[in-house]
Amino acid sequence: MLELTGIVVSYGMIEALKGVSLRVEQGEIVALIGANGAGKSTTLMSISGISLLRQGSIVYNGVPIAGRPAHEIVRMGVSQVPEGRRIFSRMTVTENLEMGAFVRNKRETVGDMERCFEMFPALAGRRRQLGGTLSGGEQQMLAIGRALMARPKLLLLDEPSLGLAPIIVSRIFKIIKEINQQGTTVLLVEQNAKAALRLAHRAYVMETGKIVLQGQAAVLENDPGIKKAYLGE
Amino acid sequence: MRSSILVPLAAGLLAFPFTGVRNALSVFAVACAAVFLLHVYRTATVVAFRESADGSIDRLRGLLSTLAPYLRSSAALSIISIIFLILPILLNDYYRDILTLTGMYIVLALGLNIIVGQAGLLNLGYVAFYAVGAYTYAILSTRFGLSFWPGLFVGALTAGAAATLLGFVTLRLRGDYFAIVTLGLGEITRIVLNNWSSLTGGPNGIARIGRPMIGGYVLSSTFDFYYLIVLIVAVTIYAVHRLMFSRIGRAWIAIRGDEVAAEAMGINTFRLKLLAFVLGSAWAGLTGVFFAAKMAFVSPESFTFFESVMILCMVVLGGMGSIPGIILGAFLLIALPEVFRDFQDYRMLAFGVALVLMMIFRPQGLLGAVKK
Ligand SMILES: Nc1ncnc2c1ncn2[C@@H]1O[C@H](COP(=O)(O)OP(=O)(O)O)[C@@H](O)[C@H]1O
Ligand SMILES: [Mg+2]
Repeated sequence: MLELTGIVVSYGMIEALKGVSLRVEQGEIVALIGANGAGKSTTLMSISGISLLRQGSIVYNGVPIAGRPAHEIVRMGVSQVPEGRRIFSRMTVTENLEMGAFVRNKRETVGDMERCFEMFPALAGRRRQLGGTLSGGEQQMLAIGRALMARPKLLLLDEPSLGLAPIIVSRIFKIIKEINQQGTTVLLVEQNAKAALRLAHRAYVMETGKIVLQGQAAVLENDPGIKKAYLGE
Repeated sequence: MRSSILVPLAAGLLAFPFTGVRNALSVFAVACAAVFLLHVYRTATVVAFRESADGSIDRLRGLLSTLAPYLRSSAALSIISIIFLILPILLNDYYRDILTLTGMYIVLALGLNIIVGQAGLLNLGYVAFYAVGAYTYAILSTRFGLSFWPGLFVGALTAGAAATLLGFVTLRLRGDYFAIVTLGLGEITRIVLNNWSSLTGGPNGIARIGRPMIGGYVLSSTFDFYYLIVLIVAVTIYAVHRLMFSRIGRAWIAIRGDEVAAEAMGINTFRLKLLAFVLGSAWAGLTGVFFAAKMAFVSPESFTFFESVMILCMVVLGGMGSIPGIILGAFLLIALPEVFRDFQDYRMLAFGVALVLMMIFRPQGLLGAVKK
């Protein structure tokens, strides 16, 4: 469904990605794990068309999308939940969700909003509350809901567990699993390797702009190197 | 603490080559005073005062927004229209003229608000598009006899087209560069107007510009222009209001709030910023045509950087994104100084002080909504 081949991205003189290749098949949850600064967010940003490639190609459903503007990529069915949630703090919960459906015809989205509130009951009672006044967990749920409002075929999640209490993290990961079971393919970026590997089918490990390991999540979970470096065992 | 002396020093040094020793010293003094104020501002009593002042303004805003639906009812609208229709009859020429001027600046400020307040683009050369509209009509009217009503559209269109061309280049720049480029643009426009004598008449300007006509009647009295600007203001308010609450307006809020997130939502941020720039500039062009027709004369003097700053002040002072706030801003900056004529020499100083106080006490503007 998605294939990155040798992508290079740099910020000025700094090369953040030094030839990253990875693929995501239809229906999968693929985790991309690695330490802070490894280049995970940059990878997602380049898929979304927000960061520009210097080299390499990105093919989505057989169509090369590198170099296309971000808004076209959203229209093609790729939505991102960016790192740090990036909720519109001065808009209400409902308005945030409406922004998520910006590329769609308004009439088609009425049911989706209700489905979103079913998925995240915590938000249902806060429809008119400003995004900026929600708790971290609620903001993360809103960010996921907002991305789903575009009806993506491929959902890119950037560190959804960031700064959240363990109990909230497990709730959010459960929801990610549900979203996937309903047919959305997921590319999940995480520093919380343990939780990510438990959820994902396959995983890639990234270090300083390169993929250093890849394989079935269950296998990586038991890899001694991974255990030492990322699982704290 | 160190920056508190460095900032005034830098300001003074920067001003020095342009203004000479004496003015540079006063810039230094003013900057010192500003920094001092900032320190005072951090002390507890002032914070408490500020919060209570904020509280009362916010209560006023709350009151305004509960009143808003009533204000928009047809009864209220007809009362307001009647007031504005009768008002000039009670006033003399002088006050009618001031009101007309205020109306003009309301339209300009509402146009600039689309660019600065909605799309978050700091445009320091807004007056350039006002000038484009005014000169377009001045030239077409004196050379080809273009009449006013089509002139309004041609002026708006020309300014909009100029903004499209410039926007394509400048909007790819980062925020602070955009501000500097537009600042330069405004100055270049004025210099071109001053020097391209064969087309613009140079410093002498263009005279005998055609007045608006309705049927056979030529609009020329202060009454006529008052009613004309009231009409233009009403149309502008309606249009800007519709725009602010449309899908496009929502997208602008998103871009201003978080550009990356807006892009991730599939908003074509470049196109929407361009749209704001073009629409706002077209309004400036339209106002320029009105100005040229009212004065029957244009010259580069009317299009200085000071004009851009003043219109920007109205937007910032009144509250970005708030239509009543901007109208209030225009009244405060145009009508008040005109009425208190004796005070006029100190106008610049008063603006400066007002803006500094504003930044300290109420950065969102008098009637602006949310604190940064
Ligand atoms: N906007 C930026 N400007 C300059 N350097 C950046 C920027 N964003 C990220 N980087 C650098 O690129 C590298 C990869 O960052 P990032 O993709 O955010 O990593 P991760 O998401 O894995 O923590 C880091 O070295 C970071 O400092
Ligand atoms: Mg990151």
